[in-house]
Amino acid sequence: MTIALNSTDIQVLINKMADEIRDSLSDCKPLLIGIHSGGVWVAKQLAEVLGTDFFDGPIGTLNIAYYRDDFTRIGMHPQVTPSDLPFSVDDRDLLLVDDVLYSGRTTRAALNEIFDYGRPASVSLAVLLERNGRELPIQPDFVGQRIDLPSNQQIKLTGPDILQFEVQTIGGVDE
Amino acid sequence: MNNQLTDSGRLRHFLTIEGLKQPLLTEIMDRAEQFSSISHQQVKKVPLLRGKTIVNLFFENSTRTRTTFELAAKRLSADVITLNISTSATSKGESLLDTLHNLEAMHSDMFIVRHSESGAAEFIAQHVAPHISVINAGDGCHAHPTQAMLDMFTIRRHKQHFPDLCIAIVGDILHSRVARSQIQALATLGVGEIRVIAPKTLLPADPRTLGVHVFHDMDEGLQDVDVVITLRLQNERMQGALLPSAREYFHNYGLTQEKLNLAKPDAIVMHPGPINRGVEIASNVADGPQSVILEQVTHGIAVRMAVMSMAMGAQAEQQESPA
Repeated sequence: MTIALNSTDIQVLINKMADEIRDSLSDCKPLLIGIHSGGVWVAKQLAEVLGTDFFDGPIGTLNIAYYRDDFTRIGMHPQVTPSDLPFSVDDRDLLLVDDVLYSGRTTRAALNEIFDYGRPASVSLAVLLERNGRELPIQPDFVGQRIDLPSNQQIKLTGPDILQFEVQTIGGVDE
Repeated sequence: MNNQLTDSGRLRHFLTIEGLKQPLLTEIMDRAEQFSSISHQQVKKVPLLRGKTIVNLFFENSTRTRTTFELAAKRLSADVITLNISTSATSKGESLLDTLHNLEAMHSDMFIVRHSESGAAEFIAQHVAPHISVINAGDGCHAHPTQAMLDMFTIRRHKQHFPDLCIAIVGDILHSRVARSQIQALATLGVGEIRVIAPKTLLPADPRTLGVHVFHDMDEGLQDVDVVITLRLQNERMQGALLPSAREYFHNYGLTQEKLNLAKPDAIVMHPGPINRGVEIASNVADGPQSVILEQVTHGIAVRMAVMSMAMGAQAEQQESPA
């Protein structure tokens, strides 16, 4: 266990991110999109801190299961909650939220899916935790905290009521 | 052992509802529900089966089924080609296998098969290379599993809880692969009561083996049902004079609004298509507020996407796992 992040720590991180988001995006009335499932939880908390007027409309949720790049290797995901973007993304500024940024593959898949819904003006990325191990040229705009973990360790957000991070060590299996 | 399933119980081929368990049927419907949302996207497709080659092998005519299979494949980003193959050259076994091996040589990943012979899809599944999945799009009088699942999906959209339902299937049960697959699916999903309503000549010799309640009188059979499924009178499969005339058939077994009023007020009316207006169903019922016939067509795409992606997913899993 190299990092202990309990719900109080996480609230501090969310408040910090919310401040940064307010500073940069307050002029454009962005749309908020969370990546299922951890990203949606973080998006909800951000919306709570920033207030209902900050974002335009309800939170959109993305489930990138059908846009993953590992279907031909691992097959179908067991359960998939459908994506729900209850607004048009055309010409809008989007704030895309995820819990952890790791390889960057999830963000890649999310961007592809968003562009199947329309052509946004801009997409910014907010992540609660940014860890080492990027495999694609993807960088966040708003970060709660940066950490370094050995490649055999996975970090996962649990929720939705109480957000906490869990670190798991995988025995000799590569991500 | 069910040869449609992989060792880990995933759907590798989809040939018949028979022998499949309730959780698998529910999974097909759940996945179809997920795929339904794709039609709200500006780009109505997901890249799930990108690079896969799917061959629609139609040895028998079809419009709806063929088109919705094609659309389903395209919405999953697969490459799809449709071959309409005449069955007239019937040195069956050999010529069929030759066709298959040629398509295999083109590196196909999935065959969607419709054939007038019962058992054709299963025969093909037994003879294809192990990496190929076979989906039955209707074989003779035997089975039409994707039609049955889109019907189950449509019922679930309107009625939710299967055990509480009473469902009547009206018409040509004898020649109907749709009815056979529907009855199996309804039974597997635990539907409270399944009724079939038909003249004796359009029922199998012992219909009770299907596990249904048999009615020959439509007024009796439609009492208080939640769902009425009408079937097409299958002229092309009828050998011998089983019916006096289409007009008399309509009089006895055609679904009119008056007869439909015997069912529950919120009963829905279904039909697998193509409909013969004025034969098995009155025009105003087919187009009426209780009809969900066009919804069935829409749902066919999502259900077929679900089945195709599950089969390709099972293949991927199998190839990854050590032999």
